Parts: sequence; C-alpha cells; structure tokens
Amino acid sequence: MSMPFYVSPEQLMKDRADFARKGIARGRSVVTVQYGDGILFASENPSQALHKVSEIYDRIAFAAVGRYNEFENLRIAGVRLADMRGYAYDRRDVTGRGLANAYAQTLGTIFSSGGEKPYEVEIFVAEIGDTATDDQIFRLTYDGQVADEQGFAVMGGASDVVAGYIKERYVADSSLEDVVRLAVAALGHSADGDRVIDVDHLEVAILDRTRTQPRKFVRLSPARLNGLLGERGPSSPDEALPEDTQPGSASRGGNPDDPRDPTDQTSGHVAPLEDPVTGEPTSRGDNGQQPPVAPPAPDSGGAPS
Amino acid sequence: MSDPRLPASYLQPGISSFSDFLAGESPELLPSRRALPQGQAGDLAPHGTTIVAATFPGGVVMAGDRRATMGNIIAQRDIEKVFPADEYSVVGIAGTAGLAVEMVRLFQTELEHYEKIEGTTLSMDGKANRLAALIRANLGMAMQGLSVVPLFAGFDMRQSQGRIFSYDVTGGRYEETAFYSVGSGSLFAKGSLKKLYREDLDETQCVTAVLQALYDAADDDSATGGPDMARRIFPVVRVITVEGGRRLGDEEVAEIADRVIAGRMIRPDGPGAPLTGGTTGGQR
Repeated sequence: MSMPFYVSPEQLMKDRADFARKGIARGRSVVTVQYGDGILFASENPSQALHKVSEIYDRIAFAAVGRYNEFENLRIAGVRLADMRGYAYDRRDVTGRGLANAYAQTLGTIFSSGGEKPYEVEIFVAEIGDTATDDQIFRLTYDGQVADEQGFAVMGGASDVVAGYIKERYVADSSLEDVVRLAVAALGHSADGDRVIDVDHLEVAILDRTRTQPRKFVRLSPARLNGLLGERGPSSPDEALPEDTQPGSASRGGNPDDPRDPTDQTSGHVAPLEDPVTGEPTSRGDNGQQPPVAPPAPDSGGAPS
Repeated sequence: MSDPRLPASYLQPGISSFSDFLAGESPELLPSRRALPQGQAGDLAPHGTTIVAATFPGGVVMAGDRRATMGNIIAQRDIEKVFPADEYSVVGIAGTAGLAVEMVRLFQTELEHYEKIEGTTLSMDGKANRLAALIRANLGMAMQGLSVVPLFAGFDMRQSQGRIFSYDVTGGRYEETAFYSVGSGSLFAKGSLKKLYREDLDETQCVTAVLQALYDAADDDSATGGPDMARRIFPVVRVITVEGGRRLGDEEVAEIADRVIAGRMIRPDGPGAPLTGGTTGGQR
C-alpha cells in the first residue's frame, strides 16, 4: 500500500504560484496608462479577432494576459455581471470595484482549492470617473490579490523591463498622442534593444471621458493609430540588396601579388606601399618581415562612404 | 458556507443573448414572466400612442408624440416613446407604457450584450428578429390588454440605407418601405404621409413630413398629443444616418414645428397635394 507524500502547505502554494506565474510570463505585455482624458490600454497582438482588451460596461474596461480560454471566460462573466446589475438597478450602479471584488473572490477560491488548476491569468479592471482623480485601475493576480494601481501598470511578458521604461518617461495628465507613443514605444522596448511594432499588430483601446455617448470604450483603428503615432521609422530592417546575398570575392591564387594594385587582396610577403594608419610610405620595402595589409577597395559597396 | 466565487452559469461560454441568460438566471426580471390574474388589465396603466417613421436617402427618421393616456385621462404630457436601441437603430413603442419601457431596456441591453460578448454588432435583420422574440414572449399579457407594439428602424450598414420594421402582438415582423406608423393615431398619420412623402426628401424635409403626420394624427385622434404651444413640448425626433443616431435638439424640433403650425394657421388641414399629380412619384 502506497502512502501519499507529505507536502507542506507553503510548498503547495508556492508550487501553484510558480505554475501560474510561468504561464503568465510566456505571452506579451499589456500596458495600461492614465492620461488627461481617460485610460489607455495597449498590447502587441497580431490577432484582430482575439482581443486582450475589451469593454465591460459604460466606463469599465478589462484587459488580461495569460491563457486565452481562462480570461475569456472571466471577461464574459464580467459582462454578464455588469449587464445584469445595470438592468436590475441602473447603469450608474455598475462599478469597477464591484467587478474587481467578484473576480478576486473567484480567482482566490480557485487558487486555494486543492482540486482545480489555478488560473494562469492576470487582469486589469479599469474604470474612469468624471475627472482624472476618480480614475481607478485594479490589478488582479492569479491568486485573487487585488492591487490599486496609480498612473500606469504593466502585466505579462517582460513586465519589469516595460514598466521601467514607462516609469522613466511617464507624465501625469498628458495628451492621448503622447500616451499612445509612450505605451507603444514601451511595448517595443526590451533588454536587448528597441523595435518598431507594426500598427496591424497593435491592439490599442481607450476609455475616453470626452466621448458624448454613455459608452466610453473605443478601440483605436490602425488608421487612427498611424495618425497618432506619426513617423516611427521602418518597422523592419531594409530588404537585403541583391549584391548583399552574393558571396564575397575570394582571392584567386593564380594572380601575382602586386603591391601597387590597391584592389589586390592577396596577402603575400610584400609590404603595402604606405602605412594604412599614418599614410606614410613604408620604409621597409621588400624586406618581407611584416605581412602587408591590403588597402580597402575603392568601390566594394560594403564600406560606408 | 456559500461559494463566494462567480456562479458557474456566469462562466459558462456559449450564450450571447442577454434575455436567454436572464431567463436562466433571474427569470423574474423578464417583463414577459409576470404572473397575471385573469381578466382585462388594459385600463390599469397608461398607454402610449402614435409613432411615425420614414426613410430618406441616407437615413431614417422616427418621431413620437408626447402623450400617454389612461382611458379618458391624459396620464402624462411629456412621455418619451422613441428610444435609441443602439448606435444605429431606434425603437418606438405604442401600447402599455410601463411594459414598453421595460421591454426597450431589455432590448437595449440585449443588443449591447451581444456586441460586447461577440465583439461585433448584430445585423439589422438580426436585431429586428430579437425584438420579435421579445414581443412574442409577451403574447399572454397582450391578450389581457397589456399589449406592446413597437416600430423598429435603423440604418443598415450593409445595404447603406435606412430600414423600417413593424410588428404585431404575436411577434410577427414585417419590413416596411418608405414610411410607417403605429399606435392609435397611426391611420391618420399614414394617410397624411401618403400625400406628403416623396422619395427624394432630405433630412429636414423628412422631419417636417413626420411632424405634419403627427399633427394630423393629433387632429383626429384624442389619444395623440399635438404640439403643446403653451408648455413648448414637441415630439421626440430621432434621426439615424451612416454617422449613427442622434436626437434632434428641442430648439431644432421647435423651429420646424413652429413652421408647421404657422402653415396650419392659414390652412388648418395642412399642405394640399395636387389632384392629378405624378411628377414627384409618391411611394406605395
């Protein structure tokens, strides 16, 4: 008869947390930034159909990273909860705090129950108020913890690097244009350099206080994003020129080594005509003690002019 | 101890209709699930009356008078019976006011709910069919006098034109061309529009035509309210074009209504149509 191994509760929780954290870090980051007229969400998402950022209610939006099927379920539950409350009471009675609480209870219960796999998700629930000071961003983690974020927040992927980039440049109450540029630049930033993300691969949405309709959530189309982002440089390096792909010319053994020919690449026992650094004529002549250095070809195409 | 997490039904994928979800979760909130004692209940609650809609090239106009009646009593002078269903459609309701307002709220939530869950809006026909389903569920109450008869109109993005749908109490859905009217004064309003409507009306002319029709309805139907000059209460007018729907401001409607009334001061029966016309080609 086999005996179950004893696992301490600390170890059990740690294992479950590690499992969830790994799943969340696998994808790309989602950035949330407050600006003068509302809250902006941005993420790199090549899919136009599977959203990471979506509308929950008039002034409430939802963003998530991690496993799609799990956060999609939570999103639908949020929409149902909000619509149910708005229908039974009134539209003003649907709050981000109530929604965040429901999510926190759900995630927390699932995390600490032994039977179920913890959700590998992290969620932002954001709500805009009448002024920027009333705006709220809640961060919900896989274990049901709730944190109130100020100014900006990043989750998923290499969130530390992206958050560090925004922290250095974030200005409160900035314009939509500035905040879109900041968020998109931050998404393209990584420890080994910056890249320009194509607008078709960006998912950007805002909760816009200035919108006249009661529903304040707006997705920014690629065309509008292009206008807001302005000129960012090419999104990918230039195509290789045809000659770049051809093999370089190697020395051909049959040629005689001619020190007066500047295109002669063959190294031999003949010293160059002049010192490549100082430009002075070499005094050594044909003594054969130093290997010569071939001068660069005048129009080889590779050297910058 | 009860489970504090969201109920399993909330996390269940698959249903994108709010009324279906509500029927499973809290059926008592559905307007059609009221248990009603036997007998006629029609005189218990205020009734809303005439709604008129007409299309013009590039959009559709819907207008409703402001009166609610309870038998011979005017229950309310400034009731609103034309509501936005979503950004590109509008619904006006004649019949029992309380039920109608509740049904409109359910319909608005239904469209918005679908849009949020599916990430795309319903087609114009899809919206019209959902409304038909809500009306059909109300048949039991309609037979006891609490009927709700909507008029639905909107701008169809696929066909790039305004469309109008009418309904009967059993949930029958009929597409109308050019113009239509529901409610107690609808016969007079339709007759008026027959003579006034032309296919080439612009937005302002179309609004003028529906206001003339409402004036004619109020002229001959006691349950339809005419323009209230003393209180400056004018019909609710909504216009939907490719840019979305908007409600015409009170000043805008007042200006057109004042012109209509000024014309009636000279000729109380309104503008006359040529006896043997045919140059402008009316519809229907």
